[in-house]
Amino acid sequence: MAFLKTVYTIWYRDLLRFLRDRTRIFSSLGQPMLFLIVFGNGLAPAVAAGMSGVDFRTFLFPGILSMSVLFTAVFSAVSIVWDREFGFLKEVLVAPVSRAAVALGKMAGGSTTALIQGLLIMLLAPLVGVRFTLPQILTLMGMMILVAATMTSFGILIAARMRSMEGFHMMMNFLLMPMFFVSGAFFPLRQVPLWMEWLARADPVTYGVDAIRQTALQGLVPEPILRTLILHPLEINLIALLAFWALFLIPAVWLFSKTE
Amino acid sequence: MNAIEAERLTRRFGDFTAVREVSFVVGEGELFAFLGPNGAGKTTTINMLCTLLRPTAGTARVGGHDIVRESHAVRRRIGLVFQDPSLDDRLTAWQNLAFHAMLYDVPRRVFEERAKRLLELVDLLDHAHQEVRTFSGGMKRRLELARGLLHQPKVLFLDEPTLGLDPQTRRHIWDYILRLRDTEGTTVFFTTHYMEETERADRIAIIDHGRIIALDAPDDLKSMIGGDVILLRTSDDARAVERLREALGMDPRPTTEGVLVEAPRGDQLIPRLLGALQNGAEPSLTVHSISLRRPSLEDVFIKLTGRAIRDEEASPLERMRLSHRLWGRR
Repeated sequence: MAFLKTVYTIWYRDLLRFLRDRTRIFSSLGQPMLFLIVFGNGLAPAVAAGMSGVDFRTFLFPGILSMSVLFTAVFSAVSIVWDREFGFLKEVLVAPVSRAAVALGKMAGGSTTALIQGLLIMLLAPLVGVRFTLPQILTLMGMMILVAATMTSFGILIAARMRSMEGFHMMMNFLLMPMFFVSGAFFPLRQVPLWMEWLARADPVTYGVDAIRQTALQGLVPEPILRTLILHPLEINLIALLAFWALFLIPAVWLFSKTE
Repeated sequence: MNAIEAERLTRRFGDFTAVREVSFVVGEGELFAFLGPNGAGKTTTINMLCTLLRPTAGTARVGGHDIVRESHAVRRRIGLVFQDPSLDDRLTAWQNLAFHAMLYDVPRRVFEERAKRLLELVDLLDHAHQEVRTFSGGMKRRLELARGLLHQPKVLFLDEPTLGLDPQTRRHIWDYILRLRDTEGTTVFFTTHYMEETERADRIAIIDHGRIIALDAPDDLKSMIGGDVILLRTSDDARAVERLREALGMDPRPTTEGVLVEAPRGDQLIPRLLGALQNGAEPSLTVHSISLRRPSLEDVFIKLTGRAIRDEEASPLERMRLSHRLWGRR
C-alpha cells in the first residue's frame, strides 16, 4: 500500500507540473507541427516515386507521433537530473519511502505526460489526411504507453547517475538523436545500407515506430502496400518493446535505489 | 529517551577524515547547536544522522532508532531543512506541503489543518497559493521550516538554516525557529558558523577538523575565558600597553580596536586602569573610551583553536552556491 502511494505521489507531482506549464505543452506542439507541415510538404513530391503511391505526409505522421512520445518520455525522466541540480531530489531521497517506488512513479509520470502529448499530436492528424477509428485510437494509446514506459525507463537509467545538465545534452546528441534517426520515423527502412539496418534492429525506437505506424495506417493504406512499409509483424514489435522495457527498467530501478 | 545519541561517529572520504569519533547526546526538546568553521564536518555529521550518508565507523540513534539498521524508522521521525533550498519552485507553497504530506503519509484532513497552522506561524498563509519561484530567499526558508515540521518529527535538523540570507532575514528566521520550537516542542539540532546564532541554544558543541573540542551550555563555555574583556581606547595605545605592564603587572593585548585586557572582575579593575593611565604617565595619556563586556563565543573559539571563525568571509564553495542561487532556476 505504502509502495503504491509513493508511486502515485511521484506520478501526481509530474502530472501537476506538466499541467501547470501550459506554455510548455503548446510550445512542444510546435516542433512536430513544423516537421509535419514543412518537412512533409517539402519532401512529399521529391520522394513520391519511392512511396508506392502512399502520400509521404501520411507515412510521416506516425513517425512524428512516435518522436513526440519518445522525446517527452525521455525528457520527463531527465527531470531527475534537474531535481538533483536544484535540490528537490533531496526532499524525496530523505523521505521514508521506497526508492524503487520513486523510480516507478517517475516512469508512470513520464508515460502519462508522453501519452497526453501523443494524444495532442493525434489531433493534428486531419491536417495530413489521416483519420482514426475508435478501436485504432485505443490501440494506439496502448502502444504509446508502452513506448513511453520503455523510453522513460531508458531516461531514468541514464539520469540515475548523471550529475549535470551538460551530461544530459551529451547524451541527447550521441544517443537519442541517432536512435531517433535510424528508427525509420522519417523514411522507410528499405534499401538502406546493411549497417543501418543492423543499427535499426538494435534500436528500441524502431519497434515503437513500426508498431505505431502499422496501427495508424491500418485501413488507410491498402494492405499489400502497407506490408512493404513495415518491418516486423505487430507481435514481434510488441515483444521487442517489452524486452527492451525490462532491460532498461530493472537496472534503472536498481541504480536509482543506490543513489546517495 | 534521548533524541539523539551519537557514539564515536566517524566518516572518511578516501584518506580524508571528515568526522572523527564524534560522541554526544541530545536530550528531548533540546535546542542543540553544532558550531564550527566551514569544512569542520558539520554537514557530514548531519547527513549521517539523517541517514543520507553511512558512517565509516561508530553508531548513532535518532528518535530511538539506529541510523544504519533502522534508517526507514529514523527517516519517519526526522524533519530536515538543508543548506540549499529543496522546494519545487514550479509548484505553489501549498502544493509543496501537500506533496510532503503524501510522502510522509499524513492523512489529508490532518494535513490541511496542520498546514494552515504552520503557514500561519511562519507568516506565509497569504502566499499559500503562490508559486514558490516568486518567493524571496527568506520566504523559501520559512516554507521549508514549516514543511520540515509538517509530519511532526521528533527531531528537526537544520543545516545552516540562515546561510546566504541577509542579517535582518537571518534574525527573522531565528524568531520563527524559536516560535516553532516553543509551539511544537520539537528537538532541534542545527549547524551554523555564525556565533551569535548559537547564543539561544541550550547547549553548543564546537567542532573543528572533524572533532568536538568543547560541548556545554553557552554560559559555561564562556566561563572558560575566566572573566571579563575590557577594551580601552587611548591617545597612544602603544604607550598605554607599556604603562599597564609597568604599573599593574598586567598583560594587555594591543589590537586594531584598542587595548584589550582580560580580567576576572572587570568592573573593579576599571578605576585602577584609569588611575594608572592618567596619573604617573609622562606626558599624561588621554583615555577616549572604556568598554567592558562579557566574553563572547568567538573569544572561546579563539582560545580553543587559536583561530577566529570568520563570520563574514564566505568560502569559495559558499560563494559559488550564493551566486548560483542568485541566477535562480531556469
